[in-house]
Amino acid sequence: MKQLNLPLTSKEIKELHAGDSVLLNGVILTARDCAHKRIKELLERGEELPFELKDAYIYYAGPCPAKPGMASGSCGPTTSARMDSFAPDLLNRGLGGMIGKGAMSDEVRRAVKDNGKIYFAAIGGAGALYAQAIKKSRCIAFADLLSEGVYRLEVENFPAVVAFDCYGESIY
Amino acid sequence: MRKIDTKQIEEVIYRMALDAGVSLTASCKAAMHAAAEREREGAAKFALNALCENFELAEREKMPVCQDTGMAIVMMRIGQEACLEGAPLKEAVDSAVRRAYGDGYFRKSVCDPVTRVNTGDNTPAVLHTEITEGDRIYITYMPKGFGSENMSRVYMLKPAQGVEGIIDAIVETVKIAGSRPCPPVICGVGIGGTFDTCTYLAKKALTRDIGTHSEREDIAEIERRALEKINALGIGCQGFHGDVTALGVNCEWAPTHIAGLPVAINIQCHCMRCRKEVL
Repeated sequence: MKQLNLPLTSKEIKELHAGDSVLLNGVILTARDCAHKRIKELLERGEELPFELKDAYIYYAGPCPAKPGMASGSCGPTTSARMDSFAPDLLNRGLGGMIGKGAMSDEVRRAVKDNGKIYFAAIGGAGALYAQAIKKSRCIAFADLLSEGVYRLEVENFPAVVAFDCYGESIY
Repeated sequence: MRKIDTKQIEEVIYRMALDAGVSLTASCKAAMHAAAEREREGAAKFALNALCENFELAEREKMPVCQDTGMAIVMMRIGQEACLEGAPLKEAVDSAVRRAYGDGYFRKSVCDPVTRVNTGDNTPAVLHTEITEGDRIYITYMPKGFGSENMSRVYMLKPAQGVEGIIDAIVETVKIAGSRPCPPVICGVGIGGTFDTCTYLAKKALTRDIGTHSEREDIAEIERRALEKINALGIGCQGFHGDVTALGVNCEWAPTHIAGLPVAINIQCHCMRCRKEVL
């Protein structure tokens, strides 16, 4: 399977097509419903985010607590469609891409295409497998949200499928 | 009168919850292996194989199968000859859930519906009780994830819509859900009753093993026909297109009003983690 290091170059993005299976390596940031709401509020107020948005990859996920000796608890993707209203603006502001499960709206698909970015589908329900791909995990924002906070994950061989490619094509 | 201390009930639910978080039911595991076997080559088969690997790994390592360790659903049928002693039942159930979600390193996913502030310990559990004959206590425990719960629907059909209306409602629900609930799914269907009882029947239907059918032949036929139509949709595992969109359709029924035909469809992802015990 194709190995990819994040962040991707625009050349690498152009070589990816909806349906391709890949293994991701590098840094991804978790964020789901509540974290997105806070990110939106901060951006609307013109305040700085507690992390760099540019070229970041957001993983729609909220992990289980880590057992002793493990970097992360089970950590599969959550339903991406709940973040449909947030994704286009974040892509326009420089977000590198998203990872989640299930289809997102046509507006998101167009924003992925217009910005030359990518949306990967992780395998929903494979929480334990994804925990093994996570080598380091640290909460970097909104710790009060517990599992809904933003976690910086270092991943290796993280299985994903290209869901929306930079040509506007979708696997769904 | 048979006396049962609620502490004993707490211990049983605690063990059920710990076990349920890390392993699927035997019938679900068998259905997933069969699905992986029969799916055509492609992304859907790749995902099915990964999911089989995932639940085997989770069970071996005692890790949550899915990070959405759900809301704790507890259904109890309490024999009217049984006498409960000790802490209030609700407290005993919540205490079991609180301890299991802490000790099991499960995600705490319960929050206030308006402020969205997390309760921090996955309580309260959703507790359903029914009074039955005898002095036994029948406990069903099921953690319910919300990726699938969110895709559930209630239809208040007209009596004239009949069996075809029921099947169409089930198939439409799965079609609208598409890739979002982590297909392959299991459909729990409640037919009849009232607006509220049909939803409870739908959840109860989910607790029945995959591959079993209603004792009523006409309802078993609805289960078979709906499943066939769902799998003809071609949504496939994760929405990656394929032949396996649902593992099963389970229907429960209750008498309803002459003016109505309520139908509730409760969607469950492939992560079926139900447990049953009798005390």
